[in-house]
Amino acid sequence: MSALHATVERDDHYNFAYLDESTKRMLRRALLKAVAIPGYQVPFGSREMPLPYGWGTGGIQVTAAIIGQDDVLKVIDQGSDDTTNAINIRRFFGRVTGVATTEATPDATIVQTRHRIPETPLREGQVMVYQVPIPEPLRWLEPSETETRTMHALAEYGGMHVKLYEDIAQHGHIATTYDYPVIVNDRYMMRPSPIPKFDNPKLDGNPALMLFGAGREKRVYAVPPYTRVKSLDFDDHPFTVETWTECCDLCGSRESYLDEIILDDAGTRRFVCSDTEYCNHRQAQQRNDKATA
Amino acid sequence: MRATTPMIEVRGLGKMFTLHNQGGIRLPVLDAVDFDAAAGDCLVLAGPSGTGKSTLLRCLYGNYLATEGSIRVRANDEWVELVGAPEQRILALRRDVIGYVSQFLRVIPRVSALDVVAEPLRMAGVDTDAAREQAGALLQRLNVPPRLWGLAPATFSGGEQQRVNIARGFIARHPILLLDEPTASLDADNRRVVIALIHEALAAGRCLLGIFHDAEVRDAVATKTLALRPALVGAAETAESTLPEESCKAPI
Amino acid sequence: MNAQPHPQLNPQPLLSVRDMTRTWDGVHGCRDVSFDLFPGEVLCVVGESGSGKSTLLSAVSYQTQPDAGSVWYDTRDQGFIDLAALPGARLRLLSRTDWGFVRQNARDGLRMQVSAGANIAERLMAVGDRHYGDLRAVAGNWLQKMEIDAGRLDDTPVSFSGGMQQRLQIARNLVTHPRLVFMDEPTASLDVSVQARLLDLLRQLVTDLGLAAIVVTHDLAVARLLAHRTLVMRGGVVVESGLTDQILDDPQHPYTQLLVSSILQS
Repeated sequence: MSALHATVERDDHYNFAYLDESTKRMLRRALLKAVAIPGYQVPFGSREMPLPYGWGTGGIQVTAAIIGQDDVLKVIDQGSDDTTNAINIRRFFGRVTGVATTEATPDATIVQTRHRIPETPLREGQVMVYQVPIPEPLRWLEPSETETRTMHALAEYGGMHVKLYEDIAQHGHIATTYDYPVIVNDRYMMRPSPIPKFDNPKLDGNPALMLFGAGREKRVYAVPPYTRVKSLDFDDHPFTVETWTECCDLCGSRESYLDEIILDDAGTRRFVCSDTEYCNHRQAQQRNDKATA
Repeated sequence: MRATTPMIEVRGLGKMFTLHNQGGIRLPVLDAVDFDAAAGDCLVLAGPSGTGKSTLLRCLYGNYLATEGSIRVRANDEWVELVGAPEQRILALRRDVIGYVSQFLRVIPRVSALDVVAEPLRMAGVDTDAAREQAGALLQRLNVPPRLWGLAPATFSGGEQQRVNIARGFIARHPILLLDEPTASLDADNRRVVIALIHEALAAGRCLLGIFHDAEVRDAVATKTLALRPALVGAAETAESTLPEESCKAPI
Repeated sequence: MNAQPHPQLNPQPLLSVRDMTRTWDGVHGCRDVSFDLFPGEVLCVVGESGSGKSTLLSAVSYQTQPDAGSVWYDTRDQGFIDLAALPGARLRLLSRTDWGFVRQNARDGLRMQVSAGANIAERLMAVGDRHYGDLRAVAGNWLQKMEIDAGRLDDTPVSFSGGMQQRLQIARNLVTHPRLVFMDEPTASLDVSVQARLLDLLRQLVTDLGLAAIVVTHDLAVARLLAHRTLVMRGGVVVESGLTDQILDDPQHPYTQLLVSSILQS
């Protein structure tokens, strides 16, 4: 399995983790507040980061605020450790902290992610940092920030169900498949970031700490460990996750989220695990089993 | 003669109209009117036109505001003063105690004749089907054919409209019923039906006040007569034509 | 449906307004307004443009805060209270469940981009109803009650006529069985024939559901048809109040007389 390794020499031009200490302190205060009120969006002073909005500045700032010398960082994008964005962010943190990085989920202490939760179950002590584009679940319904804050304060969430109702009326089923709205701790409505609804159940009662950062919108929010997270639904149209008839082409998994890949112009397709590390791990295990058998 | 329950007691009733937009002319129509009426009475208002017969009925219904005097009616074994009464009380009296058959049916678009007639019963809490059934029976009696029951009375003839109006007035069996020229547009047959309805009402102990242009009907039903004389002439002085400071509000 | 009997002489008003003033510049608006509204009663506020009637409605329904005076409401669970003492959250809840507000322009009171069914069911979802099938059934029922073809349940109001939109807006407000409905010129933007239909529907609903309503209108015919009582407003003050038929047949105040005499007899 992939060993712990620091890929990049720390560049000490930069303060540890790039942000100045006051900013980190401000962010930590905001995060503490967020953890104290699960699902509640806490404003923070989002800084200029060396990449534009829309590329994960929120998640990066959260990671930068909490990362320490002894942390082990994993970064994934759409479930994969080796996409361009994942590589760039991992290298960035390597440069500004010198902290060890890894692709192995069980070995990480911090996992920054865009659009997926790893298949490997998380454990106590781990922190997931999510990159969030739009933190406000009610934005489509109500453009005014003042009004949405009031709606959250008064738990006026009926309008969200209007959307679900409309989906069922128009499509026969709830059509939202990612960034599926949830109620956290039986109180605040939250957007879990654009993870597929397949991953929503993983949020419920998870032993890891979940932190969410939106750089452009300047909000952080959190789901503490072992918190109840319930996806919105109707009594007669309960929440369901995606299923496939196929299994992963590479490792045979029937439990993971599968990506569909088009192989050629003839439209040949194969389904593979979106979580590359999980898939590789399974393949390695299968080779081991075969070897020892 | 059986002892009769007094139902209406009017003392010193006066009604003065002030037409602010016509130089403030004051028209006295009723002046110092006194009378009593009891259960089983059919009190006919007599007098030439302009003496305030309709006005008197309207004052008794709360449709016009009396400017002087007292109107008391018996409701639930109690005397209730109408003059100056809060609107709530008058509405309750109209629902339960005092009925009114106006000279002309007020036509509401889209409401069928049957429902027009049934409405007073529904307002009193009778369920729709039962109310409609009674309405139908009464319309039948007044020779309004069933084919008209489902139609709004807007297109009915004057006589048909008036019969709908009469049915609506009689149906809820109010202890007091005010009738303003109920037979004006009716033929002989229908006049007789109305006379019968009035007699039944009287026999049931209701108190009726009516204006009847038609001598035949009047003679057939009247048990008492009240002759109204023209209000004092010379009271045509002009009020101030500037807008008064106070507004005219019925007590809350 | 059985008619609700008109309430007995009920000493407890549903809404009480005392010496209420609301102006936006110290001069224009409404001043020193006082009245009671009883359960199941319809009150019309009649006046010409600029009379202050819309301001009155807005202040009485606490969408704007009165400058002076008070508004009391007989809540279901807290008794007869001064609305000024009600926390914002409770007031919002009250206005979404026990009250309705029908706007002159249906578009202002509807979600134009979601289906008629969703529009009607929204208030129910807001108070926690979570059964899609039931919500849909209730919404369908209301469409029929408002004389809209039940097959339009999944259509958005954009495709509805003005009269249909207005009827939809009313259904949307009535679905939580409010006891008090505020209406601001509900028929003003509609053609005459459409008005008649809507008014008739309102009349029936008021009777069948025992609704109390405050209806602002410049049209005396609307008052005649719908209202037990009427307030006449001019220049921000109530110049006359009384039973509707009395106001129209025996107007006392010069302005009321002028107003009544200006109606063209058809």
